[in-house]
Amino acid sequence: MSDRELLEGSEAIARAAVAAGCRFFAGYPMTPFTELLEQMAVWLPKADGVCMNAESELEAVGMAWGAATTGHMAATGSTGQGLSLMQESLSEITNARLPLVVFNMARGQGDYFQATRGGGHGDYRHIVLAPMDVPEAVEATGLAFRLANQWRTPVMVLGDYYLAHTYQAVSVPPIERGAPERPDWALNGSTGGSGAAKIISPLGSGVDGEEGFDLGAHYAACAAHIEAMSAGVEPLVDAGFCDDADLVVAAYGSVGKFVRYACLRLREAGHKVGYVRPITLWPFPSEAVRDAIAGAAKAAVYEQNMGQMLDDVRLAVLGAAPVEFIGGPSWDPAGFGIGPDINVPDISQRILEAMT
Amino acid sequence: MEAVEELQLAPRAITVFGIGCYTAFAHNLDVEVVQALHGRAPSVATGIKRMLPDGFVLTVQGDGDMVNEGLQEMLHAAARGESITCLLLNNGVFGETGGQMTATTALGQRTKTSIEGRDPHQHGHPILLSDLAAALEGAAYVARCAVNNAGNVARTKRCITRAFESQMAGAGFSLVEILTMCPTGWFVDTLEGPGYLKDNLAPVHRIGELKAP
Ligand SMILES: Cc1ncc(C[n+]2csc(CCOP(=O)(O)OP(=O)(O)O)c2C)c(N)n1
Ligand code: SF4
Ligand SMILES: [Mg+2]
Repeated sequence: MSDRELLEGSEAIARAAVAAGCRFFAGYPMTPFTELLEQMAVWLPKADGVCMNAESELEAVGMAWGAATTGHMAATGSTGQGLSLMQESLSEITNARLPLVVFNMARGQGDYFQATRGGGHGDYRHIVLAPMDVPEAVEATGLAFRLANQWRTPVMVLGDYYLAHTYQAVSVPPIERGAPERPDWALNGSTGGSGAAKIISPLGSGVDGEEGFDLGAHYAACAAHIEAMSAGVEPLVDAGFCDDADLVVAAYGSVGKFVRYACLRLREAGHKVGYVRPITLWPFPSEAVRDAIAGAAKAAVYEQNMGQMLDDVRLAVLGAAPVEFIGGPSWDPAGFGIGPDINVPDISQRILEAMT
Repeated sequence: MEAVEELQLAPRAITVFGIGCYTAFAHNLDVEVVQALHGRAPSVATGIKRMLPDGFVLTVQGDGDMVNEGLQEMLHAAARGESITCLLLNNGVFGETGGQMTATTALGQRTKTSIEGRDPHQHGHPILLSDLAAALEGAAYVARCAVNNAGNVARTKRCITRAFESQMAGAGFSLVEILTMCPTGWFVDTLEGPGYLKDNLAPVHRIGELKAP
């Protein structure tokens, strides 16, 4: 395509976010998320948006929460420790039924459970998208804002050091000035004094016909909403060479791209190996994963942790095939989950061992 | 809320509530409300005000909420000169959870976690929040009031009105600290409340306008 530019992942994601209508961002620097915050500070003002260098991740997520109540599309993000700090608010924002996009530029893949199990207190989930590279991240960013608005819920884009810092030729949508139209539920103060002033509260805001201040009823409504998302959000998956495969390898994110390439090379060398790469990590594409593995004698999961997505793959297969874990925690001495462990020869070797 | 009405702010006001006994009011006001977490109202208010610069944004928080859990973000909001008004309902205890010591508890004050009275060697000294906030460049209006008698209630309302006016004039951050009563958390009869406030809280947290534009 002629409109492609060579962009670092962080810049591409920031521009895609602003193009998708994001008008507020708050964050606190932390590698490898920092450059996304910097790029937001560059691109948001071009669309009359606001970017805040918050005093901590606690405040960053609080500011994004406030911005979201005004019906403007808001986002925040961080890395491991910062995301942990944000969890109290992320769980309450979910119960307050507010749209928000959260960019999680993780260090390696140790935070899969935190991302897909809700992460904070309470009985909730939010949508998680895990793109494998910069062009897919641009798509995922647009989708994240659409899903956040459609379902009034936080949506996480889960990336890593590679995604944030790889330069790739990519086409990003153009940015338009001004703010997209705001939804009816948004606050602007105008219902004050009307006898029916709006409230947005994690304890119940009257969404979906909910009435009054009844926590039991509110949590039941939240649970029903999670169930509706689980059934209604289209699961996204990428799979290849599965039809006649003896072994199907599951992997996600940047690591999934390496695994995909390893499988391609092994195929070329005559090994009957396939791959399946979930892109929506919640809702997990269980059916597609099950189908991808259905014809194989065995499945394997490669991820940069002690085995987290492994649980979801095993639940998807429900005992129909053995699922072996062939990943492991990153041994990157810098702790960023890059470098020596993510390499095609090593991954290929593990796949071959799992086949025998 | 009377001040909100008198200044005809109701149709543009958004109130952000922290978590404490006052949270019970959140559902009963005829102004738009955002319920925030314990300590987190100033950051939420910041996000609202930045997206609605013509709006009128205030927070309602207790001493546990603002001076303990949320001290950092309230000081940063003040330092930034964030154009919001924070109301601190300071009763010197965690009322909602049954009367434990907060950062504003007076020396000698008995609470469930300072049973023999607050001892500076063991529990440290109280934080005088308004004095701290007034020292920050971004704070435009800071006052400490009390509601232990009719005169003080009238003064409190006047201070709140001035704080609101300063927000509307775009002067910067405003804070009104209000010494309130918590006979339950003080372990005294309701009728002894005003006297207890005067004898225990007021000598430490001194009433008056600390900063005005
Ligand atoms: C993170 C967190 N920690 C603790 C609590 C429990 N909690 C609820 S209300 C409260 C005390 C509130 O004290 P204050 O803000 O002074 O209000 P008061 O009840 O005294 O008016 C506490 C500690 C909470 N809700 N959230
Ligand atoms: S007396 Fe104290 S504990 Fe009771 S409602 Fe008032 S502030 Fe809360
Ligand atoms: Mg209190």
